[in-house]
Amino acid sequence: MNQSTPFLGRFAWRTLLVLLYLFLLAPIIIVFIISFDTRQYLAFPPESYSFGSYAKVFANPTFISAFGRSLIIGLVVGLGAVAAGMLLSLSLARHEFRGKGSVNFLILAPFLVPHIVLAVGIMLVMAPIGLLDTYAGIIIAHLGITIPYTVRTIMMSLMSVDRRVEEAALVHGASPAMVFWRITLPLVSPGLIAGGVIAFLISFDEATISLFIVSVRTSTLPTEIFHYLEYSTDPQIAALSVILILISVGVVIAVERLIGLRRAL
Amino acid sequence: MNPAARSADGSRRVLLMLLLPGLVALGVTFVLPLLWLFRASFASSAIGAFSGGDWTLSSYETVLTDPFYWLVAWNTLVLGFNVAVFTVILSYPIALFLARTESRWRGVLTALAVAPLLTSSVVRTYGWMVILGDQGVINSTLQALSLTDGVVRLTNNSFGATVALIEIFMPYAILAMLSGFGRLNTQLEEAAAMLGANRLKVFTRIILPLSLPGVLTAALLVFVLAISAFVTPRLMGGGRVFVLGTEVYNEATVTLNWPLAAALSVLLLVLFSSVIVIYQRALRALEA
Repeated sequence: MNQSTPFLGRFAWRTLLVLLYLFLLAPIIIVFIISFDTRQYLAFPPESYSFGSYAKVFANPTFISAFGRSLIIGLVVGLGAVAAGMLLSLSLARHEFRGKGSVNFLILAPFLVPHIVLAVGIMLVMAPIGLLDTYAGIIIAHLGITIPYTVRTIMMSLMSVDRRVEEAALVHGASPAMVFWRITLPLVSPGLIAGGVIAFLISFDEATISLFIVSVRTSTLPTEIFHYLEYSTDPQIAALSVILILISVGVVIAVERLIGLRRAL
Repeated sequence: MNPAARSADGSRRVLLMLLLPGLVALGVTFVLPLLWLFRASFASSAIGAFSGGDWTLSSYETVLTDPFYWLVAWNTLVLGFNVAVFTVILSYPIALFLARTESRWRGVLTALAVAPLLTSSVVRTYGWMVILGDQGVINSTLQALSLTDGVVRLTNNSFGATVALIEIFMPYAILAMLSGFGRLNTQLEEAAAMLGANRLKVFTRIILPLSLPGVLTAALLVFVLAISAFVTPRLMGGGRVFVLGTEVYNEATVTLNWPLAAALSVLLLVLFSSVIVIYQRALRALEA
C-alpha cells in the first residue's frame, strides 16, 4: 500500500497532464486530420484522405487575394512598428525628460483596453475621413496595437547593450550617427527582429479590429475566414487553417534559428 | 547662446524627433479613438454615420432601460466568470508541472503549451466548431457508438462558446501563472516533507499559498479577455449567444447604430476597469 500509492499518484498525475495537453491541442490536431478528408462537407472521421481541400484553397481567388493583402499589411505593419518602436525605445532608454512617465504609460495603455472597444473607436475616427476599408486605415490600426510589443522587445535589447561600447566609439571620433548605425543597431538587432516578427504575426492573425474597419476592398484573410464560417464549416477552411498554422510555426522556427526564441520573447 | 545650452537645445530636438512618430501613431490609434468613442456615445443616433453634432443621453437611456441589454451584460459576466474559473482549473496542473519539472523536455513542453497563441483565434474557433458541431467529432462518435439517437447540441449556444474560450485562453493563463510562480521552490517542499508533512499537506500549506498570486493574475487576465471576446462567441454561438462583444459588433456593422455601439463599448470599458480595480483592492487586502 505504502509503496503503490506514490506510483498510482504519479500515474494519475501524468494521465491528467496528458489529457489537459490533448484538450489544449485538440482543435489543431482535429483541424489537421479534417483537412485531408476527401468529402466536401464536415464529418468525422474522414472516409478517405487526399489533398483535395488544399487544391480547392489554392484555386479559391477570394482566399488567395485576401492572403496576399494580409501578407502585405503584415509586412508593412512589422516594419513600421519596428521603426516607431526603435525610436520610442531610444528616447526612453537614452534620454531623461519631463513626461517620461506619461509616455511610458501611453505605450503600455493599449494593453489595458479591449480590442473591440478600440475597434469601435478607430472605426468612428476613420469613417468621416474616408480611411475605412483602405490599406492606410488597416495599417494604422494595426500599428497602434503592435507598437507596444516592439517597444517591449527592443527596450529589453537596448537595456542589455553595454553603453561603454558606444562611449568608446564616440571618444575615438565616431559621429553619433555612425555609432548608431555601426554599434547600437547591430547590438539590438535581436530585439528588432523579434519585435518585427511578433508585430507581423499579430497583424496577420488579427480579426477583431479588422472586422470593424475592412470591407470588400481590403478584407484580410482572418476576416474572410470569419465571414465564410458564418455560413459553412467545410474542410476547405481546415486546409487553409493548416497552411496558416504552418506559416506561424515556420516564422517562429526561423526566429529561433536566427536569434533564439528565449532571447526574443 | 552658449554651447551647452545649444547642445541641450539640440538634444531636445533629437528627442522630439525620436518621440514624434510613435506618439503620433499611438495618438491616432489609441487616444483619439477613445475620446471619439466617448463623444459618439453621447450623440443622437444616425444610421452609419457620426460626425459631431448635438449631445444627448439617449443611447445610455436605451442601454440602461432596455431589459435586453441587462441580459446581455449579465450573460457577459456569467461567460467571463465560467471561462475564468475553468481556464484557471485546467491550466493550473500544466503550469505547476512546467514550473517544477526538471525534465529535459521542459522547453519543448512549454513551447507546446504556449504555441496555440501563435495561431489565429478564428482558426482555433473553427477547430472547436469541427469538434462540437452537429456533424462534428463528438456527435459522430456518439452516434457511431449508438449512445444517442439525435444530435446533441454543443454549438450555437453558450456551452460551445465557453468551451472554445477556455481552450483559447489557456496559454495566456499558463504564461501568467508561470511568471507568478517565481517563489515556488522544491527545497521548501522537501523540507516540509522531511519534517513529516504528507503530500496533501505540502500542497495545501506550501504549494497552493505560494502559487496563489499567479493564479489570481491568470484569473483576472482570462476574465477581462473573456468579457471582451467577440469572434469566438459570435462563431460558436451562431448568432444565439448575446454578449457585449457580439452586440457591439451588431450595432456597429449590421444595425449601424454607431452611438449605441459606442455606448455599449463604454459600458464594456467600465466593467473591464471596475474588475481590475476590484482585483487590485482584493490583492492589497490579501497581502495586508
